Amino acid sequence: MADGKSDQTLEEVLKSIKHVILVMSGKGGVGKSTVTTQIAWTLYNKGKKVGILDVDLCGPSIPRMMNVEGNDIHQCSAGWVPVYTDKDQRLAVMSIGFLLDSRDDPVVWRGPKKNAMIKQFLSDVCWGELDYLIIDTPPGTSDEHITVVENLRHYNPDGAILVTTPQGVAVSDVRRELTFCQKTKIPILGVVENMSGFVCPHCSECTNVFSKGGGEALAKSCDVPFLGSIPLDPSLAQSLEEGQAFIDLFPNSPTLNAVNTITSKLLLMESSGDQ
Amino acid sequence: MADVPENAPEHCPGTGSEQAGKTSACQGCPNQTICSSSKPLGPDPAVQEVKERMSSVKHKILVLSGKGGVGKSTFTAHLAYGLAADDSKQIAVLDVDICGPSIPKVMGLEGEQVHQSGSGWSPVYVEDNLGVMSVGFLLSSPSDAVIWRGPKKNGLIKQFLRDVDWGEVDFLVVDTPPGTSDEHLSIVQYLSNTYVDGAIIITTPQEVSLLDVRKEINFCKKVKMPVIGVVENMSGFVCPKCKKESQIFPPTTGGAEKMAADMEVPFLGKVPLDPRIGRCCDEGKSFLTEIPESPAADAYKQIIQKILDYCGKKLEENQFEIVKD
Ligand SMILES: Nc1ncnc2c1ncn2[C@@H]1O[C@H](COP(=O)(O)OP(=O)(O)OP(=O)(O)O)[C@@H](O)[C@H]1O
Ligand SMILES: Nc1ncnc2c1ncn2[C@@H]1O[C@H](COP(=O)(O)OP(=O)(O)OP(=O)(O)O)[C@@H](O)[C@H]1O
Ligand SMILES: [Mg+2]
Ligand SMILES: [Mg+2]
Repeated sequence: MADGKSDQTLEEVLKSIKHVILVMSGKGGVGKSTVTTQIAWTLYNKGKKVGILDVDLCGPSIPRMMNVEGNDIHQCSAGWVPVYTDKDQRLAVMSIGFLLDSRDDPVVWRGPKKNAMIKQFLSDVCWGELDYLIIDTPPGTSDEHITVVENLRHYNPDGAILVTTPQGVAVSDVRRELTFCQKTKIPILGVVENMSGFVCPHCSECTNVFSKGGGEALAKSCDVPFLGSIPLDPSLAQSLEEGQAFIDLFPNSPTLNAVNTITSKLLLMESSGDQ
Repeated sequence: MADVPENAPEHCPGTGSEQAGKTSACQGCPNQTICSSSKPLGPDPAVQEVKERMSSVKHKILVLSGKGGVGKSTFTAHLAYGLAADDSKQIAVLDVDICGPSIPKVMGLEGEQVHQSGSGWSPVYVEDNLGVMSVGFLLSSPSDAVIWRGPKKNGLIKQFLRDVDWGEVDFLVVDTPPGTSDEHLSIVQYLSNTYVDGAIIITTPQEVSLLDVRKEINFCKKVKMPVIGVVENMSGFVCPKCKKESQIFPPTTGGAEKMAADMEVPFLGKVPLDPRIGRCCDEGKSFLTEIPESPAADAYKQIIQKILDYCGKKLEENQFEIVKD
């Protein structure tokens, strides 16, 4: 494996990246990686240069979801070359998945080792010029999160998107993540409610499989922006399984509409933040 | 990933070795601090203390998954409810998800506090025969975040195993966070001198989940934790209106049953998606007593029976081995 030793500093890396967004949640499986990939695709389709950094070391999902499983990382003089998902090299991915010999290998690491890896991921990847760097995180408020935030804090990242599902069990964990952002002074870009409402493909009846409205209520009660709800959509899950761009497969679906709304709000924040 | 990093010196003992970071070859290696800090130094006396505390606990079951949100906490709670339905049995639930504890909410104990007694921390009781311990009981408000790195989490897990006064217990069920990191290594390490029945692995049907779960099973194999079996959760949803089934999380690579067969571990069964399960969890009630006549409740009961059979048989074999020795 390439060791990624480089002379680049974090400051140099971040100088050529316009926006840094963290995707977080106190809760597991709410769709952090899904939201990361869908926002990345949408920004990409709008002509942006996008990088995805996957700091979920024990359960990396991004390589599969972006259809780049099994790729190797190459070394350049400045560090690690990320894996590009497209020919014109506008959508780049870095994940521990690319460094493992076998996809079934567990990464049995305690905190300090994870932290060292994440530091390398932050400073040693040669992203080049990027409009957006989106960072996908594991659930929780521990080593990975503290390390990412401690390292990025001085460079004014745009902030964090908090993903939740509607039910109470998820919302109460995400409430804790919100406290984490407040304590570590990371701005909260807003809350996304994922998996809200399932439309039966047989009879069009809508069932709230995981309840409804919890994300919006959380945003309201904590006075942070609500970015939108993404429905529970089996074709989204299916496209992620195969690593296909949902945006190309179902351009007119309510699900894509929801993703577009969320991305537009982010772009709007960007333009108002630039002034 | 290779056990020996490319930039390591010639006689690198390997990052997974007990000697990692400690041999003479490690001097000057750029990875030395990482290697030496990722293992506790020497045997922890707590392992012996945990053994003494755990001598009053007959069966120990871990609930694991590499993937987040697949239903570990929900299953843990319902396994405990199911086991506690037998009044003659004493059940304990330990939540070692330090940064995202769900057990207090799922089991209707939000806002409860732990009490200290002469013999240690007292668990919080759902019923006379069902006690629970979670970091959630140590927080002053439900919005409190536990912003802790590994070593501090490990310290609390040690306390949970060593200092909680469970009394005589038939089954201890341990809920874990997703992954293969500090919490998992600590629980396995601290329980290493005690009898553990094994781990139940929870997954959902899609490959994105199975991908992480294979890693978890390999983790179990690596640390020699027996796998009791795999449970597939959220497999299929029956529309309450038209009664037709949809696969919301599609088993694109054959689902958990095929994965379990491929990895040569037992398969315990499937629990369907049922919105009433989520609602019971949010309200802190047992789905098994709220909606007993349902396919999901039947599935839970069958799986729990298989676990009981496994544990009974395994303990017998184990006692036989002890007699043989
Ligand atoms: N809106 C949705 N509709 C249908 N399936 C979804 C939706 N969002 C996510 N999924 C599916 O749910 C599963 C969990 O999503 P994902 O892996 O993105 O969650 P996560 O928060 O990143 O999980 P982890 O905590 O393990 O990192 C995936 O299989 C994904 O395809
Ligand atoms: N079979 C099911 N049908 C419907 N909802 C379910 C089912 N199983 C679990 N849930 C719901 O899904 C959500 C996730 O479950 P749970 O919290 O148990 O997962 P977990 O694996 O413990 O998550 P984490 O990784 O965050 O600890 C909860 O809101 C729960 O109520
Ligand atoms: Mg993820
Ligand atoms: Mg849980």
